[in-house]
Order: sequence, then structure tokens, then C-alpha cells
Amino acid sequence: MSVHLILFLAFGAVCVAGAINLLAQTHPINSALSLIAVMAALAGEYLLLGAEFVAAVQVIVYAGAIMVLFVFVIMLLNAGVEERTQGSRVAVLFGIPGMLLGSILVAWVVLRHSGTEAVAAGALPGDPITVGQLLFHDFLLPFEITSILILIAIMGAVVLASKPPTSPAGVAPREVD
Amino acid sequence: MIESLEKLAHWFVEEPIRIYLLTSIIKSAVVLFVLLTSVAYTVWLERKVVGHMQNRWGPTRVGPFGLLQPAADGLKFLFKEDLTPPHVYKPLFIAAPLIAVIFALTSIAVIPFGNVFTIHGYPIPFQVTDVNTGLLLILGVTSIGVYGVALAGWSSNNKYSLLGGLRASAQMVSYEISLGISLVGVLIMSGSFSLRDIVQAQQGHFWGFIPRWNIFHGQFIGFFCYLMAAYAETNRIPFDLPEAETELVAGYHTEYSAMKFAMFFMAEYANMITVACLATLLFFGGWNGPLFGPRILQAFLPVFWFGAKIFAFLFLYIWVRGTLPRFRYDQLMAFGWKFLLPLSLMNLIATAIAVAW
Repeated sequence: MSVHLILFLAFGAVCVAGAINLLAQTHPINSALSLIAVMAALAGEYLLLGAEFVAAVQVIVYAGAIMVLFVFVIMLLNAGVEERTQGSRVAVLFGIPGMLLGSILVAWVVLRHSGTEAVAAGALPGDPITVGQLLFHDFLLPFEITSILILIAIMGAVVLASKPPTSPAGVAPREVD
Repeated sequence: MIESLEKLAHWFVEEPIRIYLLTSIIKSAVVLFVLLTSVAYTVWLERKVVGHMQNRWGPTRVGPFGLLQPAADGLKFLFKEDLTPPHVYKPLFIAAPLIAVIFALTSIAVIPFGNVFTIHGYPIPFQVTDVNTGLLLILGVTSIGVYGVALAGWSSNNKYSLLGGLRASAQMVSYEISLGISLVGVLIMSGSFSLRDIVQAQQGHFWGFIPRWNIFHGQFIGFFCYLMAAYAETNRIPFDLPEAETELVAGYHTEYSAMKFAMFFMAEYANMITVACLATLLFFGGWNGPLFGPRILQAFLPVFWFGAKIFAFLFLYIWVRGTLPRFRYDQLMAFGWKFLLPLSLMNLIATAIAVAW
């Protein structure tokens, strides 16, 4: 077993453990922190596959920027501890094995029929030059359209957030000054 | 005893991976030692320089010129009672200073201090590890470092701490954008993410005497944006609103004492040093400088130049602290979003056009 494979499995284990912890925690901030651990471990996986630029961007954008905003919101709302119910026993008995079986099936089908080989460690062409070539040359149009979509989403969020509170029918909306 | 040491040495040099491991461990230990010592002495320098600027002496009692003051402070931090208030959320209260200090110390690993040095035909670069996306790694580590401050503020369960933590995370997230964009100009000019390559692209002179550093190579605005954003990222005056003592007691570290407080302190100064290193590497030619004298001197002169430039940046930090008042919060946000971000974007576009020409 090479060092690469050991590290890959270790990062994978951290990833899965983080994801399970995310579901098991009752406090929202612990769940958010587990999600950060999942994302950081994913970045490690990308790095081991050779996609160093994607790994760095994963850390900077997801773990660094987006999750900070998540944590920010949780801190501001100061959401309390989630209430726990026993849940249904059927879900526990059949749900978890069923989910495992389903994901194995999906993975098997995808691997079988997609016609792509599994990537060897360090074999992905992930240096910044290749990524830039793909983004700004080969897939320029989809890239630009995605950026416009995101811009529209931002503007939509601004419009929704700045909307004055609607009043019940018949009452004139109060001027907001 | 000596025999077993020799055996150990032999075992280490048998295989390349072991040589790599050995040199990595030694280099990490040395760099960490130097970094922590310079953190301690930056604190001393700050107290001394600000003291003289305010017409007082600064530390004078412990050792000559107060030079042993950092050691005394360190001992005090170690032996003070480590108080944990009863109302805090304990796991994160303990984790937050660790996160802050670990990520502040990590980024030094990819910073090159000098040229490659050859011992017995085995090249030893003055750097812990040369990653070809070194700059991105530093940005990633900095962006994770925000959590230390944010979680410290939240887990303290105290309104001043929470306000400090919120301010800090909002400020750091806002200025991170300008920081990143201001660096892209340099990246375009040197065409690499590796810090070593970026420095090597700045060798030589214009007209024989002006060094070919990026700041003299059309990146002055980029440097200005970087410096402003970096000051905000490190939460230093004039952007030290997260710990504004006149309004927030001490901000996010109000509830911390002893070694946990010292960790935040160390993280802040380590971040200052990282910022100074990056400014030197990206805009001021890194270890490039005049070389002269015998071979052994030539090997160490680059490290000296690098250190001198970092010292200049740290002095600038302290100078600014002794000079400027604190921003108001709305001024801080307006400056970041309405002035710095457009300016750094314009710099990026101008550089891109100039390079494509």
C-alpha cells in the first residue's frame, strides 16, 4: 500500500466521520463545524488525486468563505439545541441498511456504465494552467452563463431582502423612512 | 551511545524518503523556533517603539533594554491560572485559540527565506516545503483562521465577545476579497503560484540600478490594496474594531486568560509576520538584494535581505499603530467594499491588459 493510498483512505474516513457527526450533533454550530471538516477532508482528497488548484479553491471558497457565513448566521440567530425524538424504529432498522445498499448500487451502476476508469492517485490534470484553459477556453460559454446566473441570484436575494414588509389587505403600506 | 546515534543517522540517510523526513523535521523545528522567537520579539519591538513614539521608555526592567521581557511574559502566561468562566460553551471555547494559533503558524511552511543552499551535493532550500500552489495554500489557511476569532466570540457567551467575533468575521471575509484580487496582478506578471518562482521572476534591475521588484514594475496600486487589506485581515490598528477596547472591553478574547489569551496574541503577531513575508515575496523581490563577499557570506546574504525587509514591514505596522486612530465600523465597511474592491479590480484589469499587450 502506497503512502498516497493510505492518506486517501484516511481523508475519506475523516470525511465520512464528519458527515455522520454532522447528522448526529444536536447543536447547529457543531453540525456546521463538522461540515467544515468534511470540506477540508474533501480538499485533501482532491489534492491527493492531483487536482491541487481545485483543492485550494475548495478550502478558500467552501471551508473559508461560505461556511464562515453559515457559522455567522448560526451565531447571530443563536439557535438553540435541537429537540430529539426517538424516531421510528422501522426507519432505523430498514433505513440505514437500505441507504447503504442503495448507495452501493448507485456507485456500482455508475462505475459500470459510465465507461470512465477510476483515477489513479496524482493523475488528475489539476494544475492552475489546465483549469484555466478549461474554464476560459474550452467551456467559456457555460462558465460565463453560470456567472450571470449567480449574479441574478445575488440580485434576487437583494430584492427579496430589501422588500418592505407587506401589510394586510385594505391597509395602506406604511412608509418606511 | 555514539554508536547508536551513528546507526540512527545511517538508518535515516539510507533512503531518500528518510532523508526527506529528517530534513523536513529539522527545518520545521528551526523555522517554528525562529517564528516563535520573532513573534515574542515583535511584541517587545512594538512596546519599545510605541513607547518611544509616545515619549516614554517601554519595557526597561527585565534584562538590558528590557530584552528579556518576552521571556518574563511567557513565563507569566504559563503560570497564571487558566480561568474558564462557567457560562461558556466549553469545547469550542478551548478549540478557538488552538484554531487561531495553529493556522497562523501553518502558513510559514511554504514561505521561502532564501536561495537553495547545497551541502555535499544535496540541495537544501531555505524553505520548509516548496508547494507549487504556495500562495493559494496561504490564502486557504488564512481563510480558515477566521474561525478561531469567530468561534471564540460565540463560545464565550458574552455580548462583547460576540460583537467582537461578529465584527472580526465580517471584516475578515470582506477584506479577504480585496486581498485575493490585489495579489492576482502579481500572479499574472509572474505566471506562477509558487512563491519561489514569483521571487525568481523579480531578479535583475531596470536601467542597471532600480531593482526589478513588482512594486516598481507597475504593481504599486496592487501593493497598496494588499497592504490595506492585510492590515484589516490581521485586525490591527486602524482596523482593530474586533477588539476595540473603548467599546468592546477586549472583543473576542474578553473571557480568555493565561495561555489561551497568549495563543490569540501569538496568532495575531504570527499573522503580522506572514503578511510581512508575503508583501516582501510578492512586491519587494523576496531575498533579492546586492550580493558580495566570500561564498559563505553570499549564501546567507539573501536570508539577511529577506529578514531586513520583513523587519521594515513590521516596523511600518508599529508605526501605523502609533500614528493612526481607529476607523468607525461603517467607514471600515465602506472603505473595503466601495473603495478597495473597485481599486483592486481596476488594478487587475489594467495589469491583464498590460501583460496581454
